[in-house]
Amino acid sequence: MQTAKSKQVCLGIETTADDFGVGILDFEGNVLSNVSNAFIPDRGGIHPREAARHHAVVAGDVISLAIQKANIWTEDIAVVAFSQGPGLGPCLRTGATAARALAAYCEVPLVGVNHCIAHIEIGKLTTEAQDPVTLYVSGGNTMVSAFDAGRYRVFGETLDIAVGNCLDVFAREVGLRSDGVPLGAVVEQLSRRGKEFLDLPYSVKGMDLSFSGLLTAAISLYRKGTVDLENLCYSLQETVFSMLAEVTERALAHVEKREVLLTGGVAANKRLQEMLKAVADEHDSLFCGVPKEYALDNGAMIAWTGILKFKEGLTTPLAESFVRLKWRLDDEDARWAARNVG
Amino acid sequence: MKMHGGLQEMLVRKGAEASLFLEEWQGNQVILKHRIPKKYRHPQIDGRIRSYRTLHESQLLHEAKVAGVPTPVIFSVDLHESKILMEFIEGPRVKELLITLSLEARTLLCRQIGRMIGCLHKNHIIHGDLTTSNMILTGDGRVVFLDFGLGEKTAALESRGVDLHLMKRAFQSTHFRIAETCFAAILEGYVDVLGKILANRVVKKIREIELRGRYISGRSEHEH
Ligand SMILES: Nc1ncnc2c1ncn2[C@@H]1O[C@H](COP(=O)(O)OP(=O)(O)OP(=O)(O)O)[C@@H](O)[C@H]1O
Ligand SMILES: Nc1ncnc2c1ncn2[C@@H]1O[C@H](COP(=O)(O)OP(=O)(O)O)[C@@H](O)[C@H]1O
Ligand SMILES: [Mg+2]
Repeated sequence: MQTAKSKQVCLGIETTADDFGVGILDFEGNVLSNVSNAFIPDRGGIHPREAARHHAVVAGDVISLAIQKANIWTEDIAVVAFSQGPGLGPCLRTGATAARALAAYCEVPLVGVNHCIAHIEIGKLTTEAQDPVTLYVSGGNTMVSAFDAGRYRVFGETLDIAVGNCLDVFAREVGLRSDGVPLGAVVEQLSRRGKEFLDLPYSVKGMDLSFSGLLTAAISLYRKGTVDLENLCYSLQETVFSMLAEVTERALAHVEKREVLLTGGVAANKRLQEMLKAVADEHDSLFCGVPKEYALDNGAMIAWTGILKFKEGLTTPLAESFVRLKWRLDDEDARWAARNVG
Repeated sequence: MKMHGGLQEMLVRKGAEASLFLEEWQGNQVILKHRIPKKYRHPQIDGRIRSYRTLHESQLLHEAKVAGVPTPVIFSVDLHESKILMEFIEGPRVKELLITLSLEARTLLCRQIGRMIGCLHKNHIIHGDLTTSNMILTGDGRVVFLDFGLGEKTAALESRGVDLHLMKRAFQSTHFRIAETCFAAILEGYVDVLGKILANRVVKKIREIELRGRYISGRSEHEH
């Protein structure tokens, strides 16, 4: 039953990679629904075109389900947000097309959202962090960022592959199967039984990182057949996460903030959480781990960031709603985020 | 500090990696840089990193000086404890100084920094952590370079590109309003020392590093 004044909600669509996610939030930041349908490839990594085809097929159903679960009418939708980039072209385009169609149907404005910024904003909403240094680690991204003078700034990032990608490729190369669980989680389980530490290349450059040399070394160590896989998983994790902890610590010491936010798919890892908590403790800062549902790619983060931008009057005209494959988070004036800082 | 016990000492700075103490040693003011153990990482990684970087830093500080780039004089090194005792450099850090300067003075300073980076690279030294907090301007107008723990000895184009890319990003994240003019001046100084041809190849490399689609190439490289 609708009251005279309907609720105002934002529907957000996330399609940067293998997930088609839809989230609905009201303007106070209550998550009314957050639904996702993942493309699961038969083998190997993501194939952008196949994933995009999957997204196009499920789009209608996922949007309907999200609306139904949120218990709203389409008239309640005051704004439609979508992930505009960075991401895989075909996947982004499918989401943008769905968002344009929905916005036109509802006759409401469209807001294009930066995927990386959305990860930070939903992290802040769900952990109540005000102004954190964020470590965002996933299959496609590895970066340390913080807000400063009107923008999210990148302090460090990978110079080659993303850390989740590094773990996944390693897992696949040593023959691990996923059975529905992410490969990174399989590596985590095995690493718990590791005892002996094996030396692997450690590569930190300033606040940037490089993983490909380490990945190659770990795989070739395995192929020699003389090392125990549990020990190798353990050593890989210890090395990779020490690198992440170090650059986060460097950024934290540099910008002197009081919170450390951990998000992205790899944030589910207990050992990484433990290390970052120790880093935060050492610098009298608060560790804020984003709950899994909101650390993975999700529609809610797009909807929430859409609301923040919409409230600032930042909407995206149709003519500017083209997807931005390599959109960097420091390319955007994030003036809505200035409110909490200081 | 056991190494030079009994003397007056003062914590001047707790960096991410190291704690720095201002001490008196044989009548001089000196800096003690101590890389402290990190409890969060495996002791083997921790030990390896700290002693490796201490050794490396002391060697590169010396080699940079030989190459004509001002660095603090090293008095002693303790690899076991990961401590370096070095000359205390008096003066403001470029990080704090930069915003107080006029455009003209800033450009001159950045050109000088660029020439010094050129000297390092020409002598196959990569600094590894080029930020404005690792440079001090002394009373006699020299820019002293600090913090070589992440450096390496190589002439590889990739390493030179990454080194300058880090410098550029340090400006973008910390001095964003003046980043462009500053970095342009740094490149001018760099070209002066390395020559147009070589410097241009490095500049191209920087662009390549920036354009590397981390998102897409990262995935496709290993997955198709
Ligand atoms: N427990 C875990 N430990 C380590 N890695 C994990 C764990 N659980 C998941 N991962 C990794 O997280 C990654 C997936 O993260 P996410 O779902 O955020 O991915 P994405 O689609 O790559 O995201 P983005 O578009 O934000 O880059 C995979 O690389 C997966 O192996
Ligand atoms: N020899 C020195 N003389 C004066 N100040 C120094 C000296 N060495 C370091 N410092 C100060 O300490 C800070 C941190 O030192 P640095 O060697 O860069 O360590 P870190 O690796 O922790 O950044 C520098 O930014 C500088 O302000
Ligand atoms: Mg330093």
